Amino acid sequence: MNMGTRIIADMYRDSVALMKISSAITLLDGVSQASCIMATPANLDLLREAGLIDGDPGARPNEVLIAVEAETDTALGAALDAAEAELRADPVIADGGGDVSEPLRSIEMALDANVDANFTLIATPGPFAAAEAFKSVRLGLNVMMFSDNVSIEDELALKTQADQAGLMVMGPDCGTAIIDGSPLGFANVVRRGDIGIVAASGTGLQQVSCLIDAAGCGVSQAIGTGGRDLDSRIGGITTKRAITSLGADPDTKIIVLISKPPAPDVAKAVLEHAVATGKPVVACLLGHTPSEPSLSGVSFASTLEEAAYLAIAASGATGNKPGGLIEAALPGLNADRRYLRALYSGGTFCYEALTMLGGTLDAVYSNTSSTGIQTLTDPWTSTAHTVLDLGDDLFTRGRPHPMIDHRLRNDRIVAEAQDPDTAVILFDVVLGHGSHEDPVAAMAPALSAVPGQKDGGPVLLGFVCGTGGDPQGLTRQREAMADLGVLVADNNAQAVRTAAAILESAQ
Amino acid sequence: MSDLFGAPLSVINVGLAQFAEPIRAAGANVVDVEWAPPAHDEDIARALARLVNRADIEAANQTAFGRYLAAQPTLKGVGIARDVLDGLGERMILHSGPPITWDEMCAPVRGAIAGACVYEGWAETPAEAETLAGSGEISFAPCHHFGAVGPMAGIISPSMPLWIIEDPVHDHTTFSNLNEGLGKVLRFGANSPDVIAHLEWMRDVLAPALVATLETLGDLELKPIMAQALHMGDEVHNRNGAASALLIKRLIPAALDAGLDAKTLSDVVTFINSNDHFFLNLSMAACKSMLDAAHGVPGSSLVTAMARNGVNFGIRVSGLGDTWFEAPASIIDGLFFPGYSTADANPDLGDSSITETCGIGAFAMAASPAIVQFVGGTASDALANSRRMGHITFGRNTAFTLPALDFMATPAGIDIRKVVDTGIAPVINTGIAHREAGIGQVGAGITHAPLTCFSAAVAALAETFVD
Repeated sequence: MNMGTRIIADMYRDSVALMKISSAITLLDGVSQASCIMATPANLDLLREAGLIDGDPGARPNEVLIAVEAETDTALGAALDAAEAELRADPVIADGGGDVSEPLRSIEMALDANVDANFTLIATPGPFAAAEAFKSVRLGLNVMMFSDNVSIEDELALKTQADQAGLMVMGPDCGTAIIDGSPLGFANVVRRGDIGIVAASGTGLQQVSCLIDAAGCGVSQAIGTGGRDLDSRIGGITTKRAITSLGADPDTKIIVLISKPPAPDVAKAVLEHAVATGKPVVACLLGHTPSEPSLSGVSFASTLEEAAYLAIAASGATGNKPGGLIEAALPGLNADRRYLRALYSGGTFCYEALTMLGGTLDAVYSNTSSTGIQTLTDPWTSTAHTVLDLGDDLFTRGRPHPMIDHRLRNDRIVAEAQDPDTAVILFDVVLGHGSHEDPVAAMAPALSAVPGQKDGGPVLLGFVCGTGGDPQGLTRQREAMADLGVLVADNNAQAVRTAAAILESAQ
Repeated sequence: MSDLFGAPLSVINVGLAQFAEPIRAAGANVVDVEWAPPAHDEDIARALARLVNRADIEAANQTAFGRYLAAQPTLKGVGIARDVLDGLGERMILHSGPPITWDEMCAPVRGAIAGACVYEGWAETPAEAETLAGSGEISFAPCHHFGAVGPMAGIISPSMPLWIIEDPVHDHTTFSNLNEGLGKVLRFGANSPDVIAHLEWMRDVLAPALVATLETLGDLELKPIMAQALHMGDEVHNRNGAASALLIKRLIPAALDAGLDAKTLSDVVTFINSNDHFFLNLSMAACKSMLDAAHGVPGSSLVTAMARNGVNFGIRVSGLGDTWFEAPASIIDGLFFPGYSTADANPDLGDSSITETCGIGAFAMAASPAIVQFVGGTASDALANSRRMGHITFGRNTAFTLPALDFMATPAGIDIRKVVDTGIAPVINTGIAHREAGIGQVGAGITHAPLTCFSAAVAALAETFVD
């Protein structure tokens, strides 16, 4: 017979729990006797009487002593191991009644509850968003920061730390993305397909993905980088990482890059990085004059519409040819009405309009700066041709974004209509998750207050950025606009060209 | 998208609940964080972000927690404060909680100090004692600065008897005063002649009897008694009936053999037997022993003391030396004895929250569901409290288990980072003192440690790291 003991230091178990373990160990093959006890003098005496121990095993009252008698050394060892494992096993926490669920109050707590998490979506006030993002990166999570008001120093530190950890930080101010088919933030419901998008522009990403969807094509991944990623201070850290990912992704056949004007050296580096994937690249870097025209494998697009068209073609389908006007006959203008008033909720739409109009119309004013565009001294009052980004902090301070709350823009539409100089009121309607549940209905009071053309009013011209799958319904929104007397374009570039054509026809 | 995520998208959604639904509808996993700004302070939030998931802090905490688990508080005997406390001044009085001046002290602590001055023979009357105490001739210091703890006012003066607890593993000694029993007692600020007479009896009769008894008994390890009491309905802070009974079981046979005269034996046994909180001071000194073992590990974010002086609540952190991080002490939510109400309550007082710091007390509330009735709670609230504390602790102490949670080990090692990040404040079971000296206990209840102590500590810990 082989006898052996093992001491488990600093453990207290109830005698019933120990008896239960003792009896289970006794039943093991080759075990003739076994006992687990708290090593109090009285218990040790019991083991001595039972012949399980001899003399002083050296255990203390706060220790559990396992004592086994077995036929072989192997059985002895196995029994001691089994007893120790049982003693050390984490108890399954029984629901002893009451509410077991606890609200998750921190990222770390959420990670305890959802150990598979690999991504944090952060939409907190800006000053705290950076802290949550740093935490996420430290915890090995990829990040999308919907929040804005994050300093560029923080953005650089975050993206650098993430990059070193093999993680991606999308944002700050990343409004939208589609990852693995999941719409993140303000995203449209877009068909899945083989076109991968990397965008430093939220509405740019939405416009291109919606046009791709309309042509029957689809998106593999749509990665937002935040508007400053192609700034020379950030150097395209996230854009490059996203391109690398899309390059390695077997489901992505075409890569589309979208941004507002990038720093030229960053644009060059990013384009070279994209070309290196060996996949066809479509680049729509608004306001950027390509200094790399010979970069093989890159198709440059000057509008979002063209970018979508090129991507659709590369995907093997045929989209609407870019460059056209709306199909309806162009209306004439009333009296002295001669100026465009474009009221955008999407910042990139505003910027795209400015790049298109800068060389076409004289005296274009905006709250967004762009080549050939003059800055409004008072953005609350329009001057000559005025193109506004109503999502600018200036307008959103203390109120929700105009994609959610239409009151500010409605007031502005009414005001523009009352200005005898206003010839065309141009606006965007953005659908998708996060946007207003029925935006045209929300705008209807203002739109119906604008005098019709036959009553001497201005032309109402709009377009819808959305898909048939969006909760608001693309067709329903377009029809509602038409019913309110709005000329409905397919996309922003077409709307801008149409506005320019209407103004030109009047001259 | 293998190299970006390597696994299907699984999202933690922070800030805007509405963003979760489309992700869920698309079939991806998403959990919502009920987010609130950490400490409602941008700088604290940023400091915290720098401390999350750091290998050096995790290693420091592992060390500190390992020492806490390894500590083996052992009752060695009883001694007189001036003989056993290193550096105790001849005219020094120790009190509970973080440091405080006479002018700032609450009435029960002042009353207790006045009583101690009379007891020491430094003054004839409590009124004279108060003048003396305010004169600057008496110096004051926290018990914690001398390795000691005391419930409520926590008064230790030079000639008071103290329990001596040794941790042979770390060769460290901690102390507490002896529990006076219930009713009019010094720890609630009472200082009438009968209170003083009782203290003298404790010094002259009880202490020598305990010395003789413990000499006969030999070393008594305290963790097994605490562990067993947790299985008998105590949480070893506000309920000590089982632990006191277990202690008496050990003491009486030794006392019978200790050669005490019949009258002394009878008086001592009667006194101990009449006080269900007799074990409390031992529980506290044992907790102090375990937490002192964990204290002083550079970089560790674990809390090693929570204590209140009736005006302020203070915490100490293993990696932050002897600094106290303080906030105003809370008023306690609880049940009051007949004739008393919240209006009579003194703010949170005493060193006894060392038990919660140690993973027992309210952290082990599941062991003692009766406690939640103080705040109109249910037994399941007690279980929830013990579970909830697991979200702000570093680990679990397998020496202390909770039957009602299927013998789950108690959550222990409060991590200042987790407290600030979750906003979950450590829960504390406590007695309630009357805000006037000498009236005594007026109720008992449950309170929470103020979060600002923890956010200040987070800021200080962040300063110790350059990166």
